[in-house]
Amino acid sequence: MKWILVLSSIMIPLVIISVITYGLLQGINVYDAFAEGAKDGLKIVVRLLPTLIGLMMAVGMLRTSGALDGITRLISPIISWTNFPEEVIPIALMRSVSAAASVGLILDAFKMYGPDSFIGRLVSIMFGCTETIFYTMSVYFMTVKIKETRYTLPGAIIATFAGIVASYYLTLWIFGA
Amino acid sequence: MIIFAILIAAFSGGMEAITQSALDSSMEAVDLAFKMCGSVAMWTGIMRIAEKSGIIEGLARKMGPVLRFLFPDIPEGHPAQKYIATNMIANVLGLGWAATPPGLKAMEELQKLNKKKDVASHAMCMFMIINISSVQIISINIISYRMQYGSQNPTEIIGPSILATLFSTLVAIIYGKLKYRKE
Repeated sequence: MKWILVLSSIMIPLVIISVITYGLLQGINVYDAFAEGAKDGLKIVVRLLPTLIGLMMAVGMLRTSGALDGITRLISPIISWTNFPEEVIPIALMRSVSAAASVGLILDAFKMYGPDSFIGRLVSIMFGCTETIFYTMSVYFMTVKIKETRYTLPGAIIATFAGIVASYYLTLWIFGA
Repeated sequence: MIIFAILIAAFSGGMEAITQSALDSSMEAVDLAFKMCGSVAMWTGIMRIAEKSGIIEGLARKMGPVLRFLFPDIPEGHPAQKYIATNMIANVLGLGWAATPPGLKAMEELQKLNKKKDVASHAMCMFMIINISSVQIISINIISYRMQYGSQNPTEIIGPSILATLFSTLVAIIYGKLKYRKE
């Protein structure tokens, strides 16, 4: 299990070095490309900001009003037979509906429990292996006017569920409870 | 969500607290976005180099055997193969904006091969399930959020994330293949 953490620490430098080396070998102007991409990155953050303000405000208000704890309490009897932390359920559910809203909840979890807590690590890992199911499906199927999507939805839900379960056990196994 | 929160607060009498929280949260969002600029811009810069140097196309060309296994119905050399491969590689690298256009193109090409035009073909279902199970090696946003909230080791989640995402995609593929066999 040590090698997984080694993988974590070498991944970013590894990607950076291979991309730059490959770019140089292909003879492109690496620095110009970097600057251009970085500029786009700033635009992405700027475009993200209004959503971020709205969602963090909404989640912050839900938290203060006690509504978030209420939702968690409603769900907890259903999953109390597992050890899965009930605070994570709203995040897991939200993730398949809206990426932005789930980011708001994840930030709230980081604030409440800390990014290095069990919950903090679990939601970080979970975020990467799931996708907004309904949005993605409607965009892709709508462009080709497909009405019957057959087993796409059950398949997507099963895969997402597998990802959530895997995230839980990986967090437990690698970092401990 | 906001209306819901205000209503609940009205009942429980926490109006001052909720006003305060709305103002605090919005300032926090700006703070977060400001600090995120650095790591996100760094990463999109690196990824632009990848895009320009043709890594995506290079890797996509090597996807042949994988595509033949996942999509046996697509004839060899059909444009759908190229678009699916490009979409998958862009997703793996976390280039959402570079993944969607070829993804939609892939759907159009699959639709040309589809016999019943309003019912999804096997290839479409498989493509969508894999797409949604999302193989991504590095999510820079999560790492910068972790940094912002004081993580001791923001990147420690990369390894486990890769394993979790591989697992969910594996489940997606097995499910798709089982469905395919049945019909």
